[in-house]
Amino acid sequence: MPVSDFQMVIGLEVHAQLLTRSKIFCGCSTAFGGVPNTHVCPVCLGLPGVLPRLNAQVVEMAVRTGLALGARVKEKSVFARKNYFYPDLPKGYQISQYELPICEGGVVELALGGEEKRIRLVRLHMEEDAGKNLHDVSADGASGVDLNRAGVPLLEIVSEPDLRSVDEAVEYLKSLRAILMTLGVNDGNLQEGSFRCDANVSVMRKGADRYGTRCEIKNMNSFRFLRAAIEYEVRRQVGIVEEGGKIEQETRLFDPDRGETRSMRSKEEAHDYRYFPEPDLPPVVVGPELVERVRRELPELPRARAARYQRDLGLSPYDAGLLVSERAVAEFFDRALELYGRGPDAAKKLANWMNGEVARLANERSEDPSAWKLTPARLASILKLLDGQIVGGAGAKQVLEEVFATGAEPDEIVRARGLAQVSDTAAIEAAVDEVLASSPGEVERYRAGNKKLLGFFVGQVMKIMKGKGNPAVVNALLKQKLGD
Amino acid sequence: MALSLEEVRRIAGLARLRLSADEERTFAVQLSAILDHVRQLEELDVSGVEPMTHALAAGESPALRADTVEPSLAPAEALAAAPAREGTCFKVPRIIE
Amino acid sequence: MTVAATELTALSLREAGAGIAAKAISSRDLVEAALARIAATDERVGAFLAVTAERARAAAAQADQRAAAGERRSELDGVPIAVKDIFATKGVPTTAGSRILDGWLPPYDATVVQRLEEAGAVLVGKLNMDEFAMGSSNENSAFRPCANPHDLSRTPGGSSGGSAAAVAARQVHGALGTDTGGSIRLPASFCGVVGVKPTYGRVSRYGVIAFASSLDQVGPLARSVEDAALLLGRIAGHDPRDMTSSTRPVEDYLATLEDGARGLRVGVPREWFQGGVDAGVEKVVRTALRTYEKVGAKLVEISLPHTKYGIAAYYLIAPAEASSNLARYDGVRFGLRAEAKGLRDMYAETRARGFGAEPKRRIMLGTYALSAGYYDAYYLRAQKVRTLVRRDFDEVFRSCDVVAGPVAPTVAFKLGERTEDPLQMYLADVFTITCNLAALPGLSVPCGVDGATGMPVGLQLVGRSFDEATLLRAARALEREAGPLPAPALAVGTMPGSEH
Repeated sequence: MPVSDFQMVIGLEVHAQLLTRSKIFCGCSTAFGGVPNTHVCPVCLGLPGVLPRLNAQVVEMAVRTGLALGARVKEKSVFARKNYFYPDLPKGYQISQYELPICEGGVVELALGGEEKRIRLVRLHMEEDAGKNLHDVSADGASGVDLNRAGVPLLEIVSEPDLRSVDEAVEYLKSLRAILMTLGVNDGNLQEGSFRCDANVSVMRKGADRYGTRCEIKNMNSFRFLRAAIEYEVRRQVGIVEEGGKIEQETRLFDPDRGETRSMRSKEEAHDYRYFPEPDLPPVVVGPELVERVRRELPELPRARAARYQRDLGLSPYDAGLLVSERAVAEFFDRALELYGRGPDAAKKLANWMNGEVARLANERSEDPSAWKLTPARLASILKLLDGQIVGGAGAKQVLEEVFATGAEPDEIVRARGLAQVSDTAAIEAAVDEVLASSPGEVERYRAGNKKLLGFFVGQVMKIMKGKGNPAVVNALLKQKLGD
Repeated sequence: MALSLEEVRRIAGLARLRLSADEERTFAVQLSAILDHVRQLEELDVSGVEPMTHALAAGESPALRADTVEPSLAPAEALAAAPAREGTCFKVPRIIE
Repeated sequence: MTVAATELTALSLREAGAGIAAKAISSRDLVEAALARIAATDERVGAFLAVTAERARAAAAQADQRAAAGERRSELDGVPIAVKDIFATKGVPTTAGSRILDGWLPPYDATVVQRLEEAGAVLVGKLNMDEFAMGSSNENSAFRPCANPHDLSRTPGGSSGGSAAAVAARQVHGALGTDTGGSIRLPASFCGVVGVKPTYGRVSRYGVIAFASSLDQVGPLARSVEDAALLLGRIAGHDPRDMTSSTRPVEDYLATLEDGARGLRVGVPREWFQGGVDAGVEKVVRTALRTYEKVGAKLVEISLPHTKYGIAAYYLIAPAEASSNLARYDGVRFGLRAEAKGLRDMYAETRARGFGAEPKRRIMLGTYALSAGYYDAYYLRAQKVRTLVRRDFDEVFRSCDVVAGPVAPTVAFKLGERTEDPLQMYLADVFTITCNLAALPGLSVPCGVDGATGMPVGLQLVGRSFDEATLLRAARALEREAGPLPAPALAVGTMPGSEH
């Protein structure tokens, strides 16, 4: 398929729900889920006579995010009404920002395949989320409206169409998501919809000097779907252009079941949103003191932290990258490292455990670091036990699992469950002798050159030792006795 | 300048108003007359004039709200005036995307 | 308790409150007298959309208990008042004069309603109005007409027609209305009562069903300037629920009320007297201006050159904001819903049936003014002209302290006289509208009676931003000199069919 003659051009719009306790214009809780219409009040219901009250924390989080992304924070920004009719939009308009957003510009830096790329941002602005429409709530096929989500604060982050591949798009989203999570402004949850993304996709012939007509793609709530949607859309557009057709600028929905994008029905009137400045809210003023305070309080961002891990701790880009994707994980790592040891070896071992077993258990249990019964101290303990050969690899994993489950202290667990491995040379020697004596055929084949049989011997020794033999000692003694 | 019936229909569509044929004709006439009157504003030189989009002077405005959760309505209250409901949802005719 | 009902209803708000304080009268008596007056007159006047008799009686009983225990909450404690049906009243039907809200029971109270109830005032009912505050004659009420108590064949003015009529007819001692382009001042002038539109941001709009958000203001209507000042003092002040309400402290309007007008510079705009005013009205207004000179004020000729553009600017900005504010009336969560097959039909049919002609007209106008391709030429330009209007006033307030002139070009016109031509109706607002555009305070104070028709004429005063105190003081100075207006016959029970 001659898609290779074409260049895809992608711009991404992210809507990130801000982690405030209350909604942007009223005091209702932003908690996710909940029985429909239990987090509503006259204001977010859009009842006659109500007025919006702006949540200060929304402004602060917007400023924090803008500063972290290198955007210009505007001293004065203005809310505007975006007017359209839909059941999940109680007032018949969304309060958003239009001509004067709170931040302009900014950049997200990507590292892809060893190359660095800067994706420019157009703007960041604050707005309120709409509620949810539920389909088929009754036998007659009627729809239902749940306004719990109406009024939850959103930060919309718009990129320039600087992305040139699906990989770049996914990497951009992952980086942005990690930054927002590190800043504590968003929880990065695609499935629950707190981190949403729409894509503006167009194609142009390689070497052309003008962008093609773009289409907006919505409803991609995982990285996998995003990939599929963009790839489909690019093929679709290329197909049209090659046949001499014209791309119609429109909004298309991704259908995950079919892996296709399709046109949204409500395109009869290209929406005329009739934006005008929101008269019920004064202009938002962000003074230099607020900006300075927020700037001072900015945490170490993922890229900077990852660079530090590579530079100061000698971690690989891959390992560093995994650790920094969640701020709480990186902070856990830092703390554990303080308690465990210094130098690249210690860092590498710790990183392996964090990105390996710890991550696995956390995912299995669907737990955030804040919920872990594993503490930095306990993890450091386990690694020290391992280093001291008190337990072997398998034993250490068992201890970790139990700490996750019960929060007990590692050396207690080792004691209680008898996990301490045996390093006593005499005991191991006895077992080795027993095994070699009872497997003469294998001994001969080993000595004849079948070195793979070492594993068999190790297994037999471990059986006698109930798995507690110190593997290093077992191996050494076996080899010695086998005459290597 | 007269507003065409087509324009009237377009605006009524945007505003989700169903107008009778009579209303369409009457509004076309009345709105045209009003728009003729407001066209007077074109006589004025507004270059360099800031629009007065906010009626309260800067500096009179209150501080922003702190991020505290306040009690919500009970669903029974929230739905009390609902023309139709299903469970604790507002029920509406089938929404087609 | 020997005060006759007619005498009770004739009491000013202050007198009624003082009577309770002196234990000369009871709240219960006041409320019963009010309810009796309403029962006897409102079929003809049509000021009320809902009378909350039982609730009022219960509130009166509590007010009397408080009075007996020496625990009155304010000078208004126990005094019957009513509010325009644009204010949300918890558990009490609130319609904004529209079928689309027929039967709606708000789950909350408007801030101003809360403040009046906290002051102990007794809410007797909800007052008639033009639908969604759109109108100048109360003829756009979806429910019933309202008539001018001075002449039942004439309009009471609008959109707070019921508020002005109820006060003029002595059904209640005071009322609240709203003013977006003149909707308190115009009916006040037509009905011969005092009506005040405060500076934008002086009074909370929380719980006021929105018409035009940057223009709407809440204000009192009463039979005397002092009563209006009392009410305003109670409702004014910052409300955290309204981010367009000012944090400026509220002055004590009563403290300077009687200070007179000596040395006051009264600006007289030449554009307000250029032949657009009925001869009878102009004569009464000019007499009032001479009265000001008599009491030591100085008349200053001023110019408000953008006066004639006010209507045009207003009738772009207000409908634009209204078209957006009225989008929530869609049949989904409250109010009227028309049965329909699909969602879009439901919207269109609900709004077609629920809205009267005037809201539809303004929604159409506003939608047009905001729509793509027209925003700059219409809405944006109108907002710039608004700045020019404001600058006119800023300029004149360098040489005068209040601006004075007619409220309207005519006295109350006959019912049905202007309903055919909307533009004609709009032009009645020419003198009141610039005050809303400029976000300044304005009021109407009765200053005489038109010779030809016998109908009341109001003098309009416009003041500096947040200078309600000077406005009220100036109005009071005139009121002192001009003396009380004759009460309408209907109000004193000398019409057939009214009580003794």
